[in-house]
Amino acid sequence: MHEEPILQVRNLNKQFGNGCTHCRNKVDRQLEKNYCPICGTVYACQDVSLDLFPGEILGIVGESGSGKSTMMQCLYFDAPVTSGEAFIYNGELNGLNVFQLSPQKQRYIRNHKYGMVYQNPVNGLKMNFSSIGNIAEKLIAAGNRHVSSMESTGNKLLEHVQIPLFRSKEEPQNFSGGMQQRVQIAKALSNNPPILFLDEVTTGLDLSVQANVLDLIKQIQREWGISMIVVSHDLAVIRMLADRTMVMLNGSVIEEGLTDQILEDPQHAYTQRLVYSLL
Amino acid sequence: MKNKTHFAFFDEGSKKEIRRTTLKAVAIPGYQVPFASREMPIARGWGTGGLQLTLSLIGKEDCLKVIDQGADESVNAVSIKKLVQQTTGVELTDQTEDASLIQSRHRIPEVPLTEEQILVLQVPTPEPLRDVEASEYVTKRLHAEEEYSGAWLLLFEQIMKYGKTATGADHPVYVNGRYVMAPSPIPRFDNPKMHTSKALTLLGAGREKKIYAVPPYTDVTSLAFEDYPFTVETFADQACHLCGANDVFLDELVDETTGKAYYQCNDTSYCIDRLNSQEQVEVEHHHA
Repeated sequence: MHEEPILQVRNLNKQFGNGCTHCRNKVDRQLEKNYCPICGTVYACQDVSLDLFPGEILGIVGESGSGKSTMMQCLYFDAPVTSGEAFIYNGELNGLNVFQLSPQKQRYIRNHKYGMVYQNPVNGLKMNFSSIGNIAEKLIAAGNRHVSSMESTGNKLLEHVQIPLFRSKEEPQNFSGGMQQRVQIAKALSNNPPILFLDEVTTGLDLSVQANVLDLIKQIQREWGISMIVVSHDLAVIRMLADRTMVMLNGSVIEEGLTDQILEDPQHAYTQRLVYSLL
Repeated sequence: MKNKTHFAFFDEGSKKEIRRTTLKAVAIPGYQVPFASREMPIARGWGTGGLQLTLSLIGKEDCLKVIDQGADESVNAVSIKKLVQQTTGVELTDQTEDASLIQSRHRIPEVPLTEEQILVLQVPTPEPLRDVEASEYVTKRLHAEEEYSGAWLLLFEQIMKYGKTATGADHPVYVNGRYVMAPSPIPRFDNPKMHTSKALTLLGAGREKKIYAVPPYTDVTSLAFEDYPFTVETFADQACHLCGANDVFLDELVDETTGKAYYQCNDTSYCIDRLNSQEQVEVEHHHA
């Protein structure tokens, strides 16, 4: 990796609760559970650092409650971080800590630099607005005020994710789970973002639909060269998609490396258990 | 209700509170200022927001006109007029020109307003983003961050569904280039009248506890896409069957016997005015 990263995250911390004297200054929280038994403060992300390089897919695995999705939400500004820095090296925002920008700037980043696919389509889509309207929402937010251009962009994207055109004006609430997920992907891609977040996109979908969605993501990465962060607890998904993988446990990153390396030769005891439980 | 109430129904403290809110609303055009909406002797949703504004503004010299959907004699207008007159004894009028204070539901009068006049509009839903975002906490933030894609999205959906912006009323407007405002359920026809209007426009929502304002000579632009410009309702060369006016907002009525549609001015006082002046011309002509 000789290139400059497009997204750089340094020491991201996210806690729920204020902490107490027992847990606040404890350096070795990693060894315990990620919550304080006395005050109940949850340390959801502890000093998470990562680099995302242009055009690569970074996989993040970990058990439920390990802080994967929380990290993603922090990066997408859905939840405020407790401390930490993130830099986007794309265009005019070079070298600015995006967590310290104004809400307007953060919204700008969401609309122009990021795409997000949530685990639950309810979070990412307006279920009672037409599919094409959902895609247009992001274009409108990015400043587009031209209906026919938005309509053609929307239809092209929906075609790309294999939603039949005659259903483009239908509400996603009438769609199957897989279709909703694909509409979400189309929406996330609408502004040609350099960075795409995928939060457990295939969870809850049946195997054939899963394969369909994964193919689509792989194809998008090949054709568009978008950098992606893929969060999943499913090692099969990670194996198929990710170039590099990070393993998270109790809010910290315990292992990081090329996906093949992690899956074939896991170093950390937890990763070993995780990989062998699959096989 | 007591026979003898305080002047203009409210105690002075209440009036003061509403006036302070009004001043703030005027200072920030289009911004919805929360206020302590009072219990009124009419039900919420029947114009309590407008009524509270009227009562806080009215003085003994004022002349009041109340319009309900263009009509001066409809129930809502009559009961509000009665309440205000019984508690203040001010003069009432149907003539738009004579009124210093005009409270209106769902219409702006056809006669252009002047700098001496204040227009009070009754608002059911002051939040233009309510249909996309149910939470007040969130919509306040969206206003603060000037994030109005929701309002545009609603128009986009209409274009997708009906091929045009089909807002029957309450077409959202940009006020002074900053806040998007719901102009109360006036027809699109009345939106351009708000633009650089000479009169002060106040909007009150009693149930939602919000007051907002368009000061005189303020830019008010209706939201519209580049390839779908804003249009007002047209009546396809129809004219009022009574007075013959064709450049006003018309009501479509159906003749019960023939089943045919005919049109009539929505603003009744404007229509009567025109009829009277026509008659006068006729009389003068006849006796000349």
